[in-house]
Order: sequence, then C-alpha cells, then structure tokens
Amino acid sequence: MPLILATSFAELKDIFLMQGFAGFSLFAVFLLMALGLAIIFGQMKVINMAHGEFLTVGAYVTVFLSHMVVNHAPKLLPYYFPAAIVCAFVVAFILGYIVEIGLVKYLYNRPLDTLLATWGLSMILQQACRSLFGAREDTATLPEWMMGSWSPSEGLDIPINGMFLLALAIVMVLLVYALMYRSRWGLKVRATMQNRAMAGAVGINTKRVDRVTFALGCGLAGIAGAAFTTIGSVSPSAGSLYIVDTFIVVVFGGAASLLGTVLSAFTIAQSQSILEFFLTGVLAKIFVLVGVIILLMIRPQGLIASKVRR
Amino acid sequence: MLSRRIPQWLQGMLRGAAMAGLAAVLPLSAHAADPKFPTAAVNTTGLAVTDDVVTVGQLHSVTGTMALSETGSVEAERLAITEINKAGGVLGRQIKIVQEDGASDWPTFAEKAKKLLVQDKAAAVFGCWTSASRKAVLPVFEKENGMLYYPTFYEGLEASKNVIYTGQEATQQIIWGLNWANKEKGAKTFFLIGSDYIWPRTSNKIARFHIERYLKDCKVVGEEYYPLGYTEFQSLINKVKLAKPNCIYSIIVGGSNVSWYKQLKAAGITGESLAKKKQILLTISTTEDEVRGIGGENVAGFYACMKYFQSLDNPNNKAFVPAFKAMWGKDSVIGDVSQAAYLGPWLWKATVEKAGSFDIDKIAAASEGVEFKGAPEGYVRIHKNHHLWSKARIGEMKLDGQYNVIAESPDLIEPNPFPKGYQ
Repeated sequence: MPLILATSFAELKDIFLMQGFAGFSLFAVFLLMALGLAIIFGQMKVINMAHGEFLTVGAYVTVFLSHMVVNHAPKLLPYYFPAAIVCAFVVAFILGYIVEIGLVKYLYNRPLDTLLATWGLSMILQQACRSLFGAREDTATLPEWMMGSWSPSEGLDIPINGMFLLALAIVMVLLVYALMYRSRWGLKVRATMQNRAMAGAVGINTKRVDRVTFALGCGLAGIAGAAFTTIGSVSPSAGSLYIVDTFIVVVFGGAASLLGTVLSAFTIAQSQSILEFFLTGVLAKIFVLVGVIILLMIRPQGLIASKVRR
Repeated sequence: MLSRRIPQWLQGMLRGAAMAGLAAVLPLSAHAADPKFPTAAVNTTGLAVTDDVVTVGQLHSVTGTMALSETGSVEAERLAITEINKAGGVLGRQIKIVQEDGASDWPTFAEKAKKLLVQDKAAAVFGCWTSASRKAVLPVFEKENGMLYYPTFYEGLEASKNVIYTGQEATQQIIWGLNWANKEKGAKTFFLIGSDYIWPRTSNKIARFHIERYLKDCKVVGEEYYPLGYTEFQSLINKVKLAKPNCIYSIIVGGSNVSWYKQLKAAGITGESLAKKKQILLTISTTEDEVRGIGGENVAGFYACMKYFQSLDNPNNKAFVPAFKAMWGKDSVIGDVSQAAYLGPWLWKATVEKAGSFDIDKIAAASEGVEFKGAPEGYVRIHKNHHLWSKARIGEMKLDGQYNVIAESPDLIEPNPFPKGYQ
C-alpha cells in the first residue's frame, strides 16, 4: 500500500474517523429499516414482502411535502422536515391499518400464503406509485442545514445527513423500546403474540392489537422512507432495494428481540463498511453475506434468542 | 406460432380480407399510393406497409425499474414520428406506432420484439435502452430480419446489420473526454468508479488502457464497482479522499447516482472544493434526466462528457427543445439518450427515402452515409458499421440542472466499436 505510506499521520487519523462514522451511518440506515420489520416479522411472524413499499410511501410523502413547501411556502423550507417525518408515519400507519384489515388479517399462521399475498401487494403498490407519481426518480429538496458536512478541522468532514440519521435511529429505538417493553400497550402486544387464546381470555382485544401493531410497523417503515430521502432518491422501486437487507438484519439479530436487531444492524453495518474500505463494494457484500450464512448455520435462532417456552 | 399452423394461401386470403375491411373503414385508403412509390415496389417482403400507412414498433420499458430512464426515449421518438407525419410521412405514408412494453425484463423484450416483427410486421422498431435488453432482442432481429434503432450510449463490441446505434459507442465518449481532462485540466491520476455491470466495466477498461498507454505520465490510482441500486458510498468516498486523484471518473448509473452525489456533497466534495485542489469529477453517465432527480445543488461544478446537452446552442436544438416541451410539458428535460432516440425515426426516414424501399435488406445496405442535418446535436452521419459519426462535448453542471457546454471535439469522431488493443 504505497498510497498509505505517502500520506501523513494526521490525514490517516481523519480518514479513520470518517470511515468509522461511515459505519455508524450505515448502522443507522439498517436500524431504521429493520425496526418496523422487527415488529411485524419479529413479533407478529408476518412475512411482509411489501415492507419496502411502505418505506417508498413514506419517501413519497416527504417528496410531495417538499414540493408543496418549495412551491407554496418557501419560507417554511428550513422547518418542514420534522413535519414530513410525522406525516410519513401517519400515512404509512393508515395504509398499514387498511392492509391489515383487508388482507393480512386473513393470513395469520399461514406464512407461505402471506409471503405470496404481500409480494403481490408490493407489486401493486409499486405500480400504483408509478402511475401516481411517474416512473422517474424524484428527490426531496432538503433544508440547507441538512446538507453538506460538519468540518471540525481541515480534512475531516462528517456528513450532516449521516448524523441526522443516527440521531433519528437512536430516538426511534428508544421510543419503540419504551412502547413495547415499558408501556401497558406493549404488554398487551407481547401477551397476544405469545399466547393469543390466553390473552383473549384475560380481556385483551387481540384483533385490535394485531391491527395497531401491524400498522405501527408500517408507520416505522414510513419514517425510514422519509429519512432516506436525505441520502438517496425516491422511485417506485426504491423500497425493494432495501427489503433484502432488512430481512437479513432482522433474521440475523434473532427475530423476536429488539436488542438483537440493534446488535445485528451494528455488526453487519460495521463489517460491511470496513470491508468496503479495504476490499471493493461487491466483494464486501459477498463476504458479509457469507458471514451471515455461516453464523446462521451455527446459530439458527440468530444473535439473541428470546427465551420462550414452547 | 399461430402463423406457422395456418397454410400460406389461407394467410394470404385472411390478409386480403383484413385489408379490404380496412379500406372500407378508412376513406383515405381509397386513393392510390404515391404513384412514384407503389406499395408493391417499395415493400417486397410483406412488411406492414399499405398505400398510405406504414407500421413501426416502439419497444421500451414503461413499467418496472427501467421506466425512469426509458420514458425520455419514448417521448423523443413519439415527437420525431409526429413531426415526420406532419411533414408528409415516409414515401407518402403516415407512420403508425405499435407500442409494446418491455417491462424492464429482458425475456419480455425478446418476446415483444418477436411479436412486433412476426405479428405486426413492423417496418422498423425504435427501442431498448440497457445493453441487456438489446442483447436479448438481437437474435430475434437477426433471425426475423427486422431493423432496430437503439438510442443509448453503450460499451461497443457489437455491430449488426439489423441494428442502427444512434448513441455513442464507448470510444467516442471516453477517449476524447480523457484527453480533455489531461490537456485542459492537467489530470495525471485517475480514479475509475462504476456500477457493476457490462457497460461501466467495459468503459473503464477502455479508459484504463487509454490512460496507461496513451496519456503521458498518467496512471489509474483506483478502480471500484458497486452493485446497481447501491446507496451507501461513504467508504468509497473515503478511499477517493485517500487516493487524491486529479480526476474522479464516474460511471455510476440509475438511482445510485442520487446517493453518490448527495453523499459526495455531504462529505465535503463539491465542484468548488475540487477546483481548489485542482481536481475534477468527470462522468459519462449523468445526463440532465438524472440531474433532475439528483438536484443541481449536489452536482454543480462537476463535468460530463457526452454528445448532446439540452443547452446546446445551434438552430436545430433551438427548434427541438421548445417542440419537445410543447408536446411533453414545460418542465421536461432532455438528456443525451432522449436526443439520440429522437434521431432514430428521422434517420430511418432518410434511409428509406434513399433506398426508395422499406425492405430491411435495402435499408441496411443504404444506411452507410445517410446524414441528418436537422439533428439537435448538430449533424450526424451513419458509418458503415451502423454507428453514428458524432462529436463529443464537455458540459459543466449548473445549479439549475442544466449544463454549460465548455468544450467540443473539433471534428466528428469516427465510431469504432471494436477498438484494437483496448479489449
């Protein structure tokens, strides 16, 4: 590596820091993607192939709002983004609620049918986006404060959108944790998922829990979609790019564990980012996938298994 | 399949009956064809050419992931055909379009190509975008003897009697651009980046060979590929920062473009910051179409090398851009490939008129030397190898998503799809 030898120590330190941060921002991306699915697949055991499309919906809501703001109220541009995240959540939540009532409800405990039905749904949603918004890539106009980099010293640039994603991911994880493990509602959800009959017997409206939980997972995907407009483009098929990685993160983490999802997102993101730096993009991806396969062969239940008596 | 089972005589009768029916419906058909070009003389191979209508096919993806790129081509071809029809058609015949959807799926492309040629008897087909779709339909066009006008800049290494390539092949786009970077911008070190498929890989291979062999004291300091649709480029950006190339040579395509440029900006790499360090970013894959999705603020100050930019200052383009906007909306933008797609119908018309026939073999033979003086890019001529002689240009990206054309090759560049030594 003659290149590295020719570079000064200070510069190496900067690259090292920036590379470390690259791993963290990839971690944030993975975590945001996986949170919703960790609930839908991890808790409810619904294989939702249309999860990516809820992400797309959230992204389109953000783009739509950004166009509205740019055209009608340019003064609000610096402030609209938090509102866009809330709107993305609400729209994806409502859509998820409708999908649960109209489709998923009939398919609990039929994983293979769910897989096919939600895959079909994902195609319908993709084409619907294409007909509604056009096939071309679109992009949200970001407020000025979210673009560019924070540069504490010459040669060290930390992307602002990366920091924003990381902060958002942490907040979301804490919220989901509080909701699932520290609230009465979360208790009901876990009770329903562990023993439906008994939960019903103690007076929990399990059907309502199903609807809201599924919708919540979709709403989280909507938030991820809104957040991803800061790093990528929006197209009808944008969500399908993320769906495979999302499933890998959730399965690798151990399906029913929030901590597992966090750990797995961190492990996969850092190893991919480090490998990318020393190898190439394609090779890094291959090594990460091989690593995941080997680990899952040794530990089929994922990184962290929930202790449930069956 | 059906046509094989019906005996030839019955097919003839059916066709005759169909035409009689058509003649009854269309009062226009009552008058005879242009007496100089009777249908029997200009169409000896049973193409869909009647006394006043000629049917052509249009084969692009209007659904699926490629729809975002191919929409511009569909629109440009429609504009050209509308204009030709207004001007009297081809050999006195109005052009009728049968549009098929390749649906971003390569076997579907092949199937639809077969349908257009066998069932619709299309006299020419304007279509395809990715190399993969072109490779999928090529055997069909060669077997059924059809004619395809293909608009995208591509990797070369192909020349078929049944295809006219209206975009640039790799050497036309790459070599002059690299020379420009070397001479005008003093670039000595190059970092090659691409999406991981045939076009970027072949193009970078040509670029690397040219840099190492023909540019004095120049070298490639890195070469990297990322999967299509990839959205995380921070590690790559750090590597580029470490390697400090004079020229970042980028062939990233599709949606990845947006992430790539947004993250460059987020990492502090902008046209301005590069200029301070005497570096440049040169791309051959980012047209106005993509910039619309990326946002001009993320790319301002970077350079692109291709043959057409919407802002080109010549009389043809001054007429073309407003016509395109009048037909497809004032916000539409026109990229390199859309312009190349616009050339297709016009070149076909000129070739048919030169050959005095719609027959595929006669068109293929007559194509060499056919010129189109009304091309928005200025002027083009078809080479013996069915590619176009064309110029290369450098555009500097601006905030509003348009390009400032700052350099232009002095002469038309000869297409050379099989460059010696470069492979």
